[in-house]
Amino acid sequence: MAVHTDLPAGEEEIENPLTAGLERLPVAPTTLVIFGATGDLARRKLLPALYNLAHDGALPERFNLVGVSRKEKEHDDYRAECEEAIRRFSRRTPDPDVLAGLLEHVKYVPGTFDEDAAYSQLRSVLDEFEREAGETLNRAFYLSTAPGFFPVIVEQLGASELASHEGGEVRVIIEKPFGTTLAEARELNRKVLAIFDEAQVFRIDHYLGKETVQNMMAFRFANGMFEPLWNRNYIDSVQITAAEDLGIGSRADYYDSSGALRDLIQNHMLQLLCHVAMEPPVSFTAEEVRNEKVKVLQAIPQPSPAEIPEMSVRAQYGPGHAGGDDVPGYLQEEGVPEGSTTETYAALRLHVDNWRWAGVPFYLRTGKRLARKITEIAVTLKPVPHLAFSQQGSLGVQPNQLVLTLQPNEGVSLRLGAKIPGTRMIIRPVNMEFQYGTAFLSQSPEAYERLITDAMRGDATLFTRNDEVEAQWRICDPIVKYWMPTHPQEPGPLPSYEAGSQGPAEADGLLREDDRWRAI
Amino acid sequence: MSRSDAVWSEQGTTPDAIEAALRRLLIEVHAENESFVPARVLNMIAFVDREWTGEIANRLRGVGRYHASRLVVLAYEPGRERLDARVMIAADDEPAPGELALLRETVVVELGDRHLDDLLTIADPLVVTDLPTLLWSPHGHHEIVTELLALSQAILLDSVDEPAASDALDRACELSEDLYVVDLAWLRTTPWRERLAASFDPPALRRELQTITGVTIRHHPASTVAAMLLAGWMASRLGWEASPLLAEGEALIGEAHAGRSSVARQDVALRLEAAPELQIRGLEGLTLNTASGRELQLGRGPGGLRARTRNPRGEERTWTIPGASRGETGVLGEGIRQALLRDPTYVPALRAARAMIS
Repeated sequence: MAVHTDLPAGEEEIENPLTAGLERLPVAPTTLVIFGATGDLARRKLLPALYNLAHDGALPERFNLVGVSRKEKEHDDYRAECEEAIRRFSRRTPDPDVLAGLLEHVKYVPGTFDEDAAYSQLRSVLDEFEREAGETLNRAFYLSTAPGFFPVIVEQLGASELASHEGGEVRVIIEKPFGTTLAEARELNRKVLAIFDEAQVFRIDHYLGKETVQNMMAFRFANGMFEPLWNRNYIDSVQITAAEDLGIGSRADYYDSSGALRDLIQNHMLQLLCHVAMEPPVSFTAEEVRNEKVKVLQAIPQPSPAEIPEMSVRAQYGPGHAGGDDVPGYLQEEGVPEGSTTETYAALRLHVDNWRWAGVPFYLRTGKRLARKITEIAVTLKPVPHLAFSQQGSLGVQPNQLVLTLQPNEGVSLRLGAKIPGTRMIIRPVNMEFQYGTAFLSQSPEAYERLITDAMRGDATLFTRNDEVEAQWRICDPIVKYWMPTHPQEPGPLPSYEAGSQGPAEADGLLREDDRWRAI
Repeated sequence: MSRSDAVWSEQGTTPDAIEAALRRLLIEVHAENESFVPARVLNMIAFVDREWTGEIANRLRGVGRYHASRLVVLAYEPGRERLDARVMIAADDEPAPGELALLRETVVVELGDRHLDDLLTIADPLVVTDLPTLLWSPHGHHEIVTELLALSQAILLDSVDEPAASDALDRACELSEDLYVVDLAWLRTTPWRERLAASFDPPALRRELQTITGVTIRHHPASTVAAMLLAGWMASRLGWEASPLLAEGEALIGEAHAGRSSVARQDVALRLEAAPELQIRGLEGLTLNTASGRELQLGRGPGGLRARTRNPRGEERTWTIPGASRGETGVLGEGIRQALLRDPTYVPALRAARAMIS
């Protein structure tokens, strides 16, 4: 019989005085169930993350892992697969004793995700872990499957009464993409929230687990010097770029049905925009932070079909050169359907219609096979109102630009005007740079280590809330539909750009007259 | 370090010349490849006996990414008249295309008795202004390094190095009045503190912290101070008043009293036992009992801490809580990292531990 570890009725919860000063807060005993346990994400990210948490002593006091997947196999076979994946993909060489200790608590349940028997067997395994532990364990269900299975699994968890657990917490972690249209996202939310409370749901956007994204809040809200300038009076425009130098590799199946807009803009890049534009939250609790982000998304007008050609550009890469080699175009990549019109580049001009940001364009662009890999946010300030040096050849004067680089080197750079040494007052732009890597001893943990721990602790700050997901889709959905070849207002020919270039020339059409895309 | 091609040395040198050499080398390395950038995190001053400089270098090599960004080694040799110095600037790796490679600077200054009176004027020009400075004097020399405290925001020490626990705790208490103390003995208790906190974190168990009746801590024979700091931590966090510990064979025993006026008083039996079988410094295990009959045992084991619990009904469970041993270099690296943080629970634990010494 399992012992319940929650409070008896009527008893008031007291603080745990032993947690003060600890860098790692306790995580309640948990059994984690991974649906899609043999998939790429589980092997490359989730299992290595779990090992590294175990290595650091950061897993719960009691931790068990259950893999659920279609293929028939024994527990030991699955343990061997876990070991192989951890040895191959872990960021550190595994300690044999720690690895053995982790694998000892791993079990496998075979079955298709719509099969009642699989859930009965899962329940037996979960109950058995609790009998062994002699206490009620929290349960976390990680949906690392193709998105089509999310509603199926959620409904089955509900039907098999695994969505709640007397004396313990039950949480469900849902990978991206959360729907491929607004209607799908709403339908999925409806199905998930029919079974689980919102507080039990953890929608992953792994970008939010990156230190670099979390640092943006520290940059804005822990430094008094920027906030007075952070508004339409001083900021002229904001550019957010997520450029990849690589092509789609072996992801043709996924990518061709997704495209650049759904792959990056709908989730990650709108999250970055929220971090730039949000008001300071009252506190850094999950609800307060997410409330502020939702307000930003709600302030972005939904584009009408008439506006879409003016505020969005899509394109597809053709053959070109990258890293000194000839590289194929998207249509020549393995697995891409002939004549595919999936965009590998997308750029948008958005506006946040609120008091702080009215009139400031937010330019977002992302693409595959661009000149180099970089993710950055460039905030361009308005030019100075009067230039005393204009008659002395100071043509190099440019507005200040603050650039927050997220990849590959996390840093901040500020473009300033400085006098060129000499007898005349001639100004040119110079950069004042700060690289985060130079200022910290610690290494950033993998995003999945942070996110798995937070989900097991029930801290949803770095996860996307239901209204946030829908607000993101509300902005992107009309564009997705407009770009479909079947759309009644024919979207026109799909522009192309040379692989390894700066992207399509058409993207310049989004910019105001004096604006320029930053060089990738 | 895999790259250590920027080196300068001079015999009979001055602090100004050393500092100029540092600046020049940085410019040269950056000019060679602009992807080399200096790390700017932490200064560390290590005052060491010259004959043990190699041993200290080996210890610091093991700390990996927790290496201070500028390390100034003051290598003391009795009788030496001349000031000699070496400066090395190195990166762990060649920079990958488009990425940065961090440079770390090491300055070794060999000095003698006649320089000790002016130690501050030697070290001051060699640290990076505006970065925190961590002072480490692993070979003692407490009086000599006192002058360097003015330059430091944190001091690294290992209380188990002192032959007498009372001296160790006195010194740590005294230093903590003026700067942040990073005590490796304290850091060796971290996994135990984390596990105790986790064991009593379920809301239904938190109240049992007020009903602890006995704590036994087993420790390496030379790590009594680590055991005292753990006991001190419990005392300070749980509001215990402890009486001085008394020797009983190889153990120290004592009593603490939990509970304030509004709550029933609870007596706690404390026992710190040497565990001669433990090969490395630190703690070997602990046993904790509560008034309800619950018992928690934690002990070192392969791949993590071995846990055994017995509930009030007498049912027992054992399992392993995974976690890799950090080893002594891991503890030292953690000590350097901690110089940039602040643990508000150390000083109260230290004072409570000090109160347990008669």
